[in-house]
Amino acid sequence: MTTRYTKDHEWIRLDGDVATVGISDYAQSQLGDVVFVDLPAPGKKVDAGAEVAVVESVKAASEVYAPAGGEVVEGNQAIVDDPALVNRAAQTDGWFVKLKLSNKGELDALMDQVAYDAYLKTL
Amino acid sequence: MLNRQGRPTTPHAAANSAVTGTITGNRGLQMEEALIFEIGEEGRTGVDLPDAPKVKDRLGGLKRQGRIGLPGLSEPQVVRHFVRLSQKNYSIDAGLYPLGSCTMKHNPRLNEKMARLPGLGDIHPLQPASTVQGALELIDQLAGWLKTLTGMPAVAMSPAAGAHGELCGLMAIRAALKARGDVRKRILAPESAHGTNPATAALCGYTVDPIPATAEGRVDLDALQAKLGPDVAAIMLTNPNTCGLFERDIKTVADMVHAAGAFFYCDGANFNAIVGKVRPGDLGIDAMHINLHKTFSTPHGGGGPGSGPVVLSDALKDFVPVPYVVHGSDGYRLVESGDAKSFGRMKAFNGQMGMFIRALAYMMSHGADGLKRVAEDSVLSANYVMASLKDVMTPSFEGPCMHEALFDDRFLKDTGVTTLDFAKAMIDEGYHPMTVYFPLVVHGAMLIEPTESESKDSVDAFVTTLRGLAEKAKQGDQVAWFQAAPQLTPRRRLDETRAARSPVLRWKPGSNGAPIDKAAAE
Repeated sequence: MTTRYTKDHEWIRLDGDVATVGISDYAQSQLGDVVFVDLPAPGKKVDAGAEVAVVESVKAASEVYAPAGGEVVEGNQAIVDDPALVNRAAQTDGWFVKLKLSNKGELDALMDQVAYDAYLKTL
Repeated sequence: MLNRQGRPTTPHAAANSAVTGTITGNRGLQMEEALIFEIGEEGRTGVDLPDAPKVKDRLGGLKRQGRIGLPGLSEPQVVRHFVRLSQKNYSIDAGLYPLGSCTMKHNPRLNEKMARLPGLGDIHPLQPASTVQGALELIDQLAGWLKTLTGMPAVAMSPAAGAHGELCGLMAIRAALKARGDVRKRILAPESAHGTNPATAALCGYTVDPIPATAEGRVDLDALQAKLGPDVAAIMLTNPNTCGLFERDIKTVADMVHAAGAFFYCDGANFNAIVGKVRPGDLGIDAMHINLHKTFSTPHGGGGPGSGPVVLSDALKDFVPVPYVVHGSDGYRLVESGDAKSFGRMKAFNGQMGMFIRALAYMMSHGADGLKRVAEDSVLSANYVMASLKDVMTPSFEGPCMHEALFDDRFLKDTGVTTLDFAKAMIDEGYHPMTVYFPLVVHGAMLIEPTESESKDSVDAFVTTLRGLAEKAKQGDQVAWFQAAPQLTPRRRLDETRAARSPVLRWKPGSNGAPIDKAAAE
């Protein structure tokens, strides 16, 4: 399972038909303490690049954009109950949503780990 | 004896917290003060009323059964309580208030005198129009000034604040689109927009589509062109924008937006920088709110209600909300109904009358030349701040700014000190911090708007302080000092994360005070 990244610091990891989406460790460190997340209801359809969730920290409220288009299968209730989980485990237990992708090919346009690390160095 | 918020519940308890090291918990003349529910005794009162005569009530089962739980205090206790609380407040009357995008300027005392004239202060909006001709004339006169200053043909006076004004503008746009049978779904707003812009658009049922900025902090015209289409209802743009920069392509933006059949809403929050210099009507703007509480000096920021009249272009003027003042042979009157095109009413009465009086007093005492000078001096003041600090702090964009100077946190790189730490350290120096972390388009933003009301001495003292703090941060070994700031305030740094994650929004009997003390004693 390869993790891919967007320039807006979301990550996406495909497992079969369903991809898990979250925000990168860099994103959580930039946001600071996360205090609130708003997740979409299962069944919602989103296009690549469309807003799929909202994350709010002490510093700012930001949108989380869908790295690829698809249908929301599940939101992570654990981060709704404990938003700090996003800070503790952004790229594992702190995932946001699972998406059933409509076109897996969209993932090819995203950065892999090496490219993302290089991108972070430019910021 | 700390309550659940870690706050001392009685003045004397504070000594145990070792916050101040004093027996009382006071810091010199900064008095520690508990909540009003935590002081006094039930039954104590400042007034002496005879018992009600014995009459049979007819309340039946509705009669109150339990205690009402009001605090019991004598008059001097009440006076001291509120005076002590007021002394914890920081205001423009106490010192420089550099919050960017807020225009915290001096509130002239003449305004207050005018607002207290009995013929204006002691009237009621339900009085017959014939008895309030002067007040209606004043609204009409202020409306005239606003139309002249903006070069726009109509103005809605009733919106109660900036965001309410945005709502008014978008409702007029929606009404105009509906009138021509055009359904549009999208509103474009720059990434640097005030948060109220996308919020207003969403409230009106539109989807918000952000427009990226160029490297020099202005609207990216290519990106705008790509986003424009037949489903775009309007663009919402602030000028000068929240980076403190004039959108010099604004006429091109207006032409592009109009060519796409959309409307141009301008957020007038930063009108102070251009009042008397530029007329928004000449820039192709269709609607703009004017924050009387910013540009025209009426109190705000906890000090008074806002007021956000909205000027409207020819294309929108027919949809202006009621009520509005008209002048005929029988004097001034209010049109409250019967206007079929008006999109309706936004407020119970006619607008923030007290603010209208103050704003008009400000305009008349300054005159046209004085208002122009306001814009010039506010821009000069901000540029003076930027020029005086650019060698120790990092301005985000090249070139002169408008009425506010935007810095980012590059000058703090590798020091371990953050924008927040820097702002907190300013409090110990006796300054209200500038706007921080906004606009979001720059990293660790610090947005400073000195306004024209500060003297050169005052700005110099402020600049000297910021220089000193910037140099201190760069020493490299002062991180702990910055992270501990503020150290000299009645309260130290608050736990914002905990406050956001588990907010305690109201005091409840037993939620703090005695029961917790009892628990602590056990």
